[in-house]
Amino acid sequence: MHHLNKLDTKMALLEVKDLKVRVEEREILHGLTLTVNEGEIHAIMGPNGSGKSTLSHVIAGKPGYEVTDGQILFKGEDLLEMEPNERAAKGVFLAFQYPVEIPGVATMNFLRTALNAQRKARGEDEYSTPDFLKKVREVSKSLNIPQDMLKRGVNVGFSGGEKKRNEVLQMALFEPSLCILDEMDSGLDIDALRIAADGVNALRSPKRSMVVITHYQRLLNYIVPDVVHVMSKGRVVKSGGKELALELEASGYAQFEDAA
Amino acid sequence: MNVAVAKTGKGRAVSDLFTSAEGRLPGSPAVTAVRREAFETYERLGLPHRRLEEWKYTDLRALVGEVLPLAASPDAATLKRAADAVKVHAIDGARKLVLVDGVFAADLSDVKALVAEAGFKTLRETLDKDAGLLKTASIDAMIALNAAMATDGVVLSIADGAKLSAPIQIIHIATAASASAFTRSQVAVGKGARATIVETFVAAGAKAYQVNDAVLVSVGDDSDVAHIRLMDDAPDAVNVTSQFVTIGANVKFNFFNMTTGAAVSRLQGFIALAGEGSELSANGVNLLKKTEHGDTTLVVDHAVPNCVSREIFRAVVDDRGHSVFQGRIIVRPDAQKTDGKMMTRALLLSDEAEADNKPELEIFADDVSCGHGATAGALDDSLLFYLKARGLPEKQAQALLIQAFVGEAIEQIADDGLREHVIGVAERWLERRQ
Repeated sequence: MHHLNKLDTKMALLEVKDLKVRVEEREILHGLTLTVNEGEIHAIMGPNGSGKSTLSHVIAGKPGYEVTDGQILFKGEDLLEMEPNERAAKGVFLAFQYPVEIPGVATMNFLRTALNAQRKARGEDEYSTPDFLKKVREVSKSLNIPQDMLKRGVNVGFSGGEKKRNEVLQMALFEPSLCILDEMDSGLDIDALRIAADGVNALRSPKRSMVVITHYQRLLNYIVPDVVHVMSKGRVVKSGGKELALELEASGYAQFEDAA
Repeated sequence: MNVAVAKTGKGRAVSDLFTSAEGRLPGSPAVTAVRREAFETYERLGLPHRRLEEWKYTDLRALVGEVLPLAASPDAATLKRAADAVKVHAIDGARKLVLVDGVFAADLSDVKALVAEAGFKTLRETLDKDAGLLKTASIDAMIALNAAMATDGVVLSIADGAKLSAPIQIIHIATAASASAFTRSQVAVGKGARATIVETFVAAGAKAYQVNDAVLVSVGDDSDVAHIRLMDDAPDAVNVTSQFVTIGANVKFNFFNMTTGAAVSRLQGFIALAGEGSELSANGVNLLKKTEHGDTTLVVDHAVPNCVSREIFRAVVDDRGHSVFQGRIIVRPDAQKTDGKMMTRALLLSDEAEADNKPELEIFADDVSCGHGATAGALDDSLLFYLKARGLPEKQAQALLIQAFVGEAIEQIADDGLREHVIGVAERWLERRQ
């Protein structure tokens, strides 16, 4: 029985403890606590201004946020002590709500540089060019990404759907253990959303956790979460199973705004 | 005029320098007379300073102070050092012409392969006969000093219809410390010819040296010429190069300069479009750090109608570096239907970095399309964060964005191999930052 018990006890991958964050003197997160275990998919829902994107930015290490209290542990290590690139090498991946366009940096060059930088930071061998090309080809084929897209500048001239697919491509390539999807559905029509969600679902694995941040329940029809959290005014105000998302869809966020 | 009265103590040193160097300067007595006259012009003007509009941002009196004595002629040991440098900086397949401390080094050069396709002499050889190459219309002090002091150079003639099978690379190597090299070269391209000229300036163990180079280029009608320059000097060097280009009709001239070193550098290019229907693409990059001062000054002179000129310049300035870009487009009264555009952008990597852009349009014709634009700014934080969030350390993320920034100018180099070579030089500069 001891053996079975051990299987049931999931490892905490991400632990956010009583996190307080300020932006320019204004507190956005007022003591947020959240634990994501290995292999779980968590959805974070909430109205605009509830602090969802702030949480994703602070986990990824975006400058401009001041953590005044609390901590974030990733695989037991203090994430806040690390540079954004160190977090990436440890396995944190933020899929941006608005992926930036980088003119003059070819997508292929970017992907290879990033992947090898992460491998180097972990003390792994860097990919040779042929091995890398093979890997990109495999991954992009499985995501229906045309090779032509990879020759262009990073996200330059990409549609909203192409930009999100490029994020999923990177997720597949870098093989992170934690994926944070920040408003992945914003700016996507239903077809583009389905393609991106299919890509994400293909990456579900017992070794990979995901935090899906969204305003709408719609995305969660495609990426079905294990746990749903409701954020309001900088705190998690309610957590539950996937049915909580449906409940929210029916009744809206107003009840929680009062609760917070 | 009593020049001595007007001079500072530092000015006297130059005068002594000329007197002591005179015996080593090649040329017939007639040439010596021309040199002396040029030196008097220099003495009268002195080192350029900020009260001269053309030198407003590059005050050589303040930045350099004095001209160092002429470098000794290279000996066996310095030639050995130079040979090692040639190996590092030579472009694959190019025909090399090597000047060491201002003296042509035949043993390091590919004269035999070159003369099968182009006429070649050294400056020293031509000065045995006449002083023509020492004469330029300009009254710039540094150019006059160059005429007075030039010890050697390469004189190339490319015949009508000749299509060179390989680039010609002129490699200037400094090996001497605290000394000057003065070189003057000529490239005369005939009609309907095709040629690529590369000039590379590097050091082989030299410290605190000075370079004063002048190049006279003429391009005949219907020719296609690329001229790529790499000023990759030691960090404590001074390099002032003057370039005169005259372009005939229906020519494609692709010009590029990149500065990746030197405490003080200036490229001053004077490019005249003298035949109709020609296209000039003149581009440049300054990569500067520490307290380096890099000045690229280009004067494009549309003397005839129906020519196109395009200029793209990029400066990347770190630490307390100072980049200067002066771009003047002259459109003469006859030069109707001129299409001239110039775009210069500076990327400042530190709060103390400085970039001065001085675009000037002097338009005397009424049916032309000319324009210029200039920007200066820092790296975009949102792009930097995106790259770091993907695993790139700060400096590497910066390097990728810097490469993209200068890429627009480097991309104008038409030849794939040369473009790769230039990118390699820029990458080495970026690696030195990391």
